[in-house]
Amino acid sequence: MATYEQAAPLAPASRSERAVRFVTRTPLHFVLIAVSVIWLVPTVGLLITSFRPNSDILSSGWWNGLTHWHWTLANYGTVIHANGMGHAWLNSLIITIPATLLPLTLGALAAFGFAWVPFPFRDTIFLAIVALMIVPIQTSLVPLLKLFRQWHLSTPHFGIGAFAFVGIWLAHTAFGLPLAIFLLRNFFITLPKDLIEAARMDGASNFAVFRRIVIPLSVPALASFGIFQFLWVWNDLLMALIFLSGEPSRQPMTVRIPYLLSTYGPEYHLLSAAAFLLMGLPLIVFFALQRYFVQGLLAGSVKS
Amino acid sequence: MSQAIPTPPVAAPPPVEPVTGRERRSRLAGFLFITPALIVLALFLVYPAYYTIRLSFYQSDFLFNFTHWVGLDNFKNLLTNDPDFLDLSTFPPSGSLVNNVRWVIFYISLSLVFGLGLAVLAVRVRYERAVKSIVFVPMAIAATAVGIIWLFVYSPDINQGVLNALLHAFGHDPIAWLGRDDTVNYALIFAYIWASTGFVMVVLSAAIKGIPAEIMEAARADGAGEWAIFWRIMVPMLSLPISIVTIWLFINVIKVFDIIYVMTGGGPGTSSRVIAFTMYYETFPNLKPGYGAAVAVIMLILVLPVMIVNVRRFRSERVIT
Repeated sequence: MATYEQAAPLAPASRSERAVRFVTRTPLHFVLIAVSVIWLVPTVGLLITSFRPNSDILSSGWWNGLTHWHWTLANYGTVIHANGMGHAWLNSLIITIPATLLPLTLGALAAFGFAWVPFPFRDTIFLAIVALMIVPIQTSLVPLLKLFRQWHLSTPHFGIGAFAFVGIWLAHTAFGLPLAIFLLRNFFITLPKDLIEAARMDGASNFAVFRRIVIPLSVPALASFGIFQFLWVWNDLLMALIFLSGEPSRQPMTVRIPYLLSTYGPEYHLLSAAAFLLMGLPLIVFFALQRYFVQGLLAGSVKS
Repeated sequence: MSQAIPTPPVAAPPPVEPVTGRERRSRLAGFLFITPALIVLALFLVYPAYYTIRLSFYQSDFLFNFTHWVGLDNFKNLLTNDPDFLDLSTFPPSGSLVNNVRWVIFYISLSLVFGLGLAVLAVRVRYERAVKSIVFVPMAIAATAVGIIWLFVYSPDINQGVLNALLHAFGHDPIAWLGRDDTVNYALIFAYIWASTGFVMVVLSAAIKGIPAEIMEAARADGAGEWAIFWRIMVPMLSLPISIVTIWLFINVIKVFDIIYVMTGGGPGTSSRVIAFTMYYETFPNLKPGYGAAVAVIMLILVLPVMIVNVRRFRSERVIT
């Protein structure tokens, strides 16, 4: 089917037509370029600031940095070492990786059950999980904090520091699962029925079907949920603030950066470098896997 | 998608067919697949929500115990006796609930207008991909970093804040955008729109590209102008994706917290607090968990219609298939 996209660019025939086209389209270009500039300037300004010495930042605007090259990496060195952002970056990673893999695994298992293994009340339970998708985090913060204290899920065990993160891993897992189950189940259900039936005829168990057929065929869907969850957990401030701010050595970057602000006031040489340390990894993940991210967005919104 | 959905097993299994051992095992297997997820959801999502709802009827202490039953007093105080939450005696009304209404109105409408406008315009130029990438990138940036980025843009120091530098260049005095209670909310809302427009644009852009070309061509052949095509064809055909995006923006706006925590801490005074900020403030710094739980319950009530719409839509989809 021909779509609007393919029909849009019309080749102008003659020179005069081209001139008319240019004049009528100038406002269009103007608007689009202006919007692009407005969307770029805030980030670019902070990026340039992060490479300028503090004395320059205080005495002249970042736009002067474009013409007077006097750039340095000192700000990054300071925040990573003196302000503990290096450690906080590692904490962010320690929190994010299990909190992404756990809901991905549990979600895929459950989604397979909902898609391909019949059992009583399947649709009712699935609808209940769809309903849970929009429960605000705020309704769980207090009870979870109490639960984690009672069950010692936010303290190190056996001399292993990472055990202190079990609580926040589980909290993020619980909040990611409804979306994971919803997205993955909707994807799994589109897999060819014949293939799965054939494998079952050959005596493959449910788990073998899941592992050998469904998972390898569902890499795009798994990737798109994985990216969502990764970005969500890495960028999360609220849960980390509630569950981890009591212990400075366990704070991730999102919690640590606002402390910079409250201790020193807006010291932009530190804030700018810290902000870009925080943004770096998600931007790399995002650009590397943008295709999956957009597919997931559309699957989660338009197609559902 | 329609043919792939397996028939629901519970829907009237023919009585003649005996339940074989294999089928019984398969039923058990189904539960095995969903059990780990159900346990996590029950313990860390459903039980806490129940606990919070119960807590909202109590006065609590810093250990979050159900210390003292107060019935609906927390809700009554919030809505009638707490000017930081809702104050209708001033003009314009103030408080975090009112601020959140501001957010709902301006954040949702402007994100939609910008997102739809960009989607419609960008499809007409060769550098569409570049424009879309630029607008979409803030989606990946943490609200904490968005906060720092915009704190810098709004800085009252004309050597730092690009906005006040521009004002200064035009001979205007700098404005402390985040320090005045009449501008702070709009400044925050704009920063958040900057971060969300990309989402709206990408979803609507995909939907626009799905509109059959024949419809557009037929309209053009009948002499319809671009404006008429936009309002009479595109907007009606996009009504479903627009409503889905609106729901997403609504949920986002009810939960907005990070950017306010980073940029203003709810200030100056209490003038940029929203519901989620009040929930945080009352529960933790102010140590009134029962009162904070009541705020959380109000948030839950506000998103409840969305939950119902989602479940309904999903059900009707199943009926069609």
